[in-house]
Amino acid sequence: MGCPDSCYSPPVPIVAAPPETTTPRHAALVRVTHWLTFLSFVALLVSGLEIVVSHPRFYWGETGNDRTTPFFTIPIPASRDMVPTGYRAVLPDENGWSRYLHFQTAWVLVLTGAVYGLFGVWTGHFRRRLLPERGDWSWRAAWRVMARYMRRAPPEPGDVESYNVLQRGAYLLVIFVLFPLIIWTGLALSPAFDSAVPAAVNLLGGRQSARTLHFFVSGLLVLFVVVHVAMVAAGGFRDRMRGMITGRRAAYTGREEQDAG
Amino acid sequence: MSRMTRRGLITGGVAAAAAVSGLAVAARLARRYGLVPPDSRGIYGPGETLTYAAQRLLTRHSLAREFPRSMISQTPFANETAPPSEAFVRLQQGGFADWRLTVDGTVAHPASFSLSDLKSLPVRSQITEVACEEGWSYIAEWTGVPLAEVLHVVGTLPQTRYIVYYSIDSNWWESIDMADALHPQTILTMGMNDGELPVGFGGPLRMRVPRQLGYKSVKYVTRITATDSLKHFGKGLGSASPEGGYAWYAGI
Repeated sequence: MGCPDSCYSPPVPIVAAPPETTTPRHAALVRVTHWLTFLSFVALLVSGLEIVVSHPRFYWGETGNDRTTPFFTIPIPASRDMVPTGYRAVLPDENGWSRYLHFQTAWVLVLTGAVYGLFGVWTGHFRRRLLPERGDWSWRAAWRVMARYMRRAPPEPGDVESYNVLQRGAYLLVIFVLFPLIIWTGLALSPAFDSAVPAAVNLLGGRQSARTLHFFVSGLLVLFVVVHVAMVAAGGFRDRMRGMITGRRAAYTGREEQDAG
Repeated sequence: MSRMTRRGLITGGVAAAAAVSGLAVAARLARRYGLVPPDSRGIYGPGETLTYAAQRLLTRHSLAREFPRSMISQTPFANETAPPSEAFVRLQQGGFADWRLTVDGTVAHPASFSLSDLKSLPVRSQITEVACEEGWSYIAEWTGVPLAEVLHVVGTLPQTRYIVYYSIDSNWWESIDMADALHPQTILTMGMNDGELPVGFGGPLRMRVPRQLGYKSVKYVTRITATDSLKHFGKGLGSASPEGGYAWYAGI
């Protein structure tokens, strides 16, 4: 356990591996949509950063260009030589394929999300596995879980087979706030979509605000992925990956089974 | 791991067959109703087709946002253009009096317009935003003749599906479908912010397509060709943009 004797260590229940016939750790649909989302996310991130390189300046409001004072600037050279970046270097222009890839992958992400969302509502997946249980939805409960993580203590027995309140909160935030926001702010950058739904961009404070928000929200999603992967690694990388790829469960052995991912 | 059962295999097989035939039917319908862009081949074809089809169904008649006069950018940005050709410089020295816009292709009366011919047609002013694919933008008031008016004068034949338009710089040519060509905000622009359209911004004549990104708004337009098919224009991808790696449809 790597824990001094004085440290609180709960009794570790010995649970045998569930028989093969029980339900998988993650439903097949969750596993498939998880990995499709992962692949989409990587493609969108790479292509999105590539697009940013053509104009690494961000503005607030409706308009902004080379002659406008930026809200902030990413300190890198640009792939277009007119952009005032402070660098003389001009990076290779890769916008063409980046844009094609970005928009095609956005479709994959949106359609995957729609399937997952319907599944989640239809089967009660969101209600059972993601909405915090009664009494868990408090700062106190969240702090208790956080304290356990910081002590690197094994999970409470009840948390082995389900997500704790912090995990639930994080997943709910990503699924119901960050993903809808990244899709909304992205769609708001489409001049044709805005012609049909002007509120999409007007509510965000204008085209340049939408672009800046799109960038910020993608940053928050990256932050989530970093923490998510770190927690998966902490909880037992091989086991977590097996759970999300094949759906198979592992025997509960205490620390390894800490439900982190 | 779940075992593969006979029932699962049959259900999966039926579902896969249904999905494949459903896609085939959808593709056929999309082609029939003009929902497939000319650059739909290649690995990014599915995404482009989905975007174009969805937006044609959603935005056929919608108007690009127009802004109050107070939002006109104090610092519009002209972007860089290729150095002007000799022909352009000659026309510029003559005050563009000899600038001609020729209109040909699938039209009843091919014609050539001077700038003053164009100005005698009904004129429209609109305050819209130019959004570049790089990310920057500005708002200006644009004044010009709706492309629909010019097409009305020359009489497009019923088989016309696309309008191809060329810059005097022969490397820059674009095309749009009839939904955008006949759209009231698609204008052959000659004025900007109460003055003549400056050369940097595409003067004397620029096609403004405000529902698409800036690269569809070709500067220095000298020729318009109506056509029923884009197969024989350039590499057959619709315009110069896909030949340079950029999407033909830029409504995103």
